Amino acid sequence: MQPIENLRSNVYEDQRSTVYKVDPAHPESSTLPTLRTEELLLNMGPQHPSTHGVLKVILELEGERIVKATPVMGFLHRGVEKLAEDGTYHQFIPHTDRLDYVCAMYNNFAYCRAVEKLMNITVPERAEFLRTIVAEVQRIIGHQFWLGTQALDIGAMTVFFYTFRDREILLDWFDELCGARLTTSWYRIGGVERDFTPSLTEKLRRFLDYFPPKIDEYVVFLEKNRIWLARTKGVAVISAEDAVSFGLSGPTLRGSGVDYDLRKSEAYAAYPRCEFSVPVGKNGDTYDRYWIRVQEMQESVKIIRQCLDQMPAEGPIMADVPSVTLPPKDRVFTNLDSMIQQFKLFSQGFDAPRGEIYCGTEAHKGELGFYIVSAGGGKPYRLKIRAPSFIHMGAFDHMSRGYMIADAVTIFGTYDIVMGECDR
Amino acid sequence: MIWEGIFPYPLRLTFHASLIRMHPIAQRIQREFPGGFVKSVEWRGDLAVTVRRETMHDVAGFLHDDPEMDFDYIVHVSSVDWPDDEERFEVVYEFYSIRKRHRIRLKTRVPESDCEVTSLTDLWKGADFMEREVYDMMGIRFRNHPDLRRILMPDDYDEGYPLRKDFPLRGKGWRDTFEFLNETKP
Repeated sequence: MQPIENLRSNVYEDQRSTVYKVDPAHPESSTLPTLRTEELLLNMGPQHPSTHGVLKVILELEGERIVKATPVMGFLHRGVEKLAEDGTYHQFIPHTDRLDYVCAMYNNFAYCRAVEKLMNITVPERAEFLRTIVAEVQRIIGHQFWLGTQALDIGAMTVFFYTFRDREILLDWFDELCGARLTTSWYRIGGVERDFTPSLTEKLRRFLDYFPPKIDEYVVFLEKNRIWLARTKGVAVISAEDAVSFGLSGPTLRGSGVDYDLRKSEAYAAYPRCEFSVPVGKNGDTYDRYWIRVQEMQESVKIIRQCLDQMPAEGPIMADVPSVTLPPKDRVFTNLDSMIQQFKLFSQGFDAPRGEIYCGTEAHKGELGFYIVSAGGGKPYRLKIRAPSFIHMGAFDHMSRGYMIADAVTIFGTYDIVMGECDR
Repeated sequence: MIWEGIFPYPLRLTFHASLIRMHPIAQRIQREFPGGFVKSVEWRGDLAVTVRRETMHDVAGFLHDDPEMDFDYIVHVSSVDWPDDEERFEVVYEFYSIRKRHRIRLKTRVPESDCEVTSLTDLWKGADFMEREVYDMMGIRFRNHPDLRRILMPDDYDEGYPLRKDFPLRGKGWRDTFEFLNETKP
């Protein structure tokens, strides 16, 4: 059996040898018959099992190679930015769930952080730890989801069942935490909605012991799989300069060897108190991005464990700024003042100062940012979402040129694209 | 001066010093482009510099190429509609430097009658899709953009630009013209 490193180049050699090369000036010099060639336009999608939503790509093909790819987006456009201008700051939190609907917690987190920056609120210590733990759980879920679907797109179906089996444990954990598996809305401006119960902590600790061996189990299916290696190594290569110029972020950027992680550079929430490393790739291909995501799952386990150990046992989970933050639910039902406060905050909102902020957060896909312009009053004047999926699609044409038509599926898979976030 | 009578000396000094102490990046832009610089605001730790539309591309080129600035990463492109202002639209670019670890928000204003700015796609490749989105949502055109088409709305969408403030939240009735929707109506 040949060494794995050579597999990709051999595959290419075989394909090249089947291309008929005829010199147009001297067609008679070739023994082959003169073939009529023309470029082919192919619509891929919008309904296609591997587009992770509703995405259409117009491919210009020469044989089976992609010459140019034009993404056509917007099938899931719901005008979330326009809706944001019509509601109060608190009312927008459930809308953020529907952006990246497989990883709602991180969207809540990014949005709440942005509003907290606008309102200049400091979150209590225990709440910071809770937020970090849940965000990292969400990162594990996101990477499991990515790994399962990407392997499924390539044809390795078993990994999908294994990752979804473990994802289910965490989704049930979310269910116990906030009553929802996907559209969670657990984060609040200034804190979180409710605290961990002892049972939740216990279950999470049990999961942390259970999970690391399972990561190795996923990897066993892939790292010696010839098909996986041939279809990920050397596919969708993007250089570090191009990746930065395109504004890629998250594993897609770090796969090209750029060490840029907002958890380190902005040091928000409880991340500065945890020790973790940021895996960085070398080649900028799909395989490196896969490797980074697998490593990040290991790092997330480390972060969660450190947070659980360092977290103060008692303490408030919501900042005490009555003009902005919501009162605790038990007080709302028993105390008239709290009920009035809750009603006012949801019907009129709080009075935000005039100004504008941008706040980016490292979601598992990349930098999820919110640019909020406030003109005073209870509603955002303008809210712009910097969605990593949308920006990654900008590099799709660049990254897919020269690859095979079957690679198109794996190239937008490698961004971990979710169209709900891309089209907003 | 009358001010000297009103303000005692130390107060006058601090007042004056706060005016000239701008962010070093803003100072540098003002020094390089004295005619194009409008204002700089620092709020909640974010630096926002407003420049004139004509110098926008030069300032961006300076931010991109100067080794001290080195803004190699484009974060987002956005736009804000201020219908009551004379120059109605505000185009917002946000840049970050991965090596220098600083960020800047570069803004410019355009009037409604001539809402066009020079595209920055030649400096940052990622500006392509982001500018298309601004065009789609707010109707600001980008000169020299390679492929300025709608990106999220359909190509044949003719109701205007949805994120403008004079666009109603429920749309302008285009949906009612869909035949398949009318068929189900009683």
